Amino acid sequence: MKPFRISVHIVPRKGLLDPQGKAVADALHTLGFAAVGAVHVGRHVVIETSAANATAAEAAVRDMCARLLANPVTEDFEIAGVVSA
Amino acid sequence: MKFGIVSFPGSNCDDDAVFAATETLGQPAVKLWHKAHDLEGSDVIILPGGFSYGDYLRAGAIARFSPIMAEVAAHAQRGGPVIGICNGFQIACEAGLLPGALMRNAGLQFLSMPVTIRVENTITRWTALCREGQCLTMPIAHGEGRYTVDAATLERVEGEGLVVFRYVDAAGEATEAANVNGSLDNIAGVRNAAGNVVGLMPHPERALDTLLGSTDGRVLFESVLAAVHA
Repeated sequence: MKPFRISVHIVPRKGLLDPQGKAVADALHTLGFAAVGAVHVGRHVVIETSAANATAAEAAVRDMCARLLANPVTEDFEIAGVVSA
Repeated sequence: MKFGIVSFPGSNCDDDAVFAATETLGQPAVKLWHKAHDLEGSDVIILPGGFSYGDYLRAGAIARFSPIMAEVAAHAQRGGPVIGICNGFQIACEAGLLPGALMRNAGLQFLSMPVTIRVENTITRWTALCREGQCLTMPIAHGEGRYTVDAATLERVEGEGLVVFRYVDAAGEATEAANVNGSLDNIAGVRNAAGNVVGLMPHPERALDTLLGSTDGRVLFESVLAAVHA
């Protein structure tokens, strides 16, 4: 078993009203960033775990996301990176 | 009839729920610590409002893994009455006892105010003594109460009559203006298919005395009392 650091992005599911993202987008427009389209505010979770290899580490984190870290009704997640710790 | 009120770390409406059972209904009540593995013979379970586990991760996400929740799920499976109020509703959804999820209010603000809700069906243990279409006034106090489900589930929730309460205006109409937190279809509360589990964002246990501005919450507790005695 080797140590890994896996980072996960969890964001509101596409198509659902994201008032927080909209508020940030509006503020960015006010600041003059006219090119900004949609903004989505979510969570960034970093997990340190041990696994046989990177594939197994990622699989474990996907399971964690499905069961706890993300709500399947309202949120999408993506594995942003798997690195040896 | 014995009421069991689950206390999670961060629950803050558990005493109000005990008051509802004991002072309003004159029934025995016991607080059940979230680490307990036993409902202590409770006939009815209340998942109270508050900020269990500080709302870490998501409201209700951690609380659903508390040991007592396995017992609550088994009680619900047996047909025992369960109500989730505010944070308790969020926990019940996270635990899969009820369909859907509660997201950040559309206006981003924490809302603490009285609202009017309309009783959409009376087949639940908690609304048996209501009239269909009856309007009840009770307070809300939440930052994450925007009821959300995916399109397919919404069709089922509406099609099978699982909506128990909707936010309405003074005339009893489910208008956009009355939909204070931006919930889908003005949904303020839902039930499971069997009707023994109900969740809602408003606080019936804070609407039991004229001193508090409304006694409209009583009918929910009186309904479950009548249902269990029947």
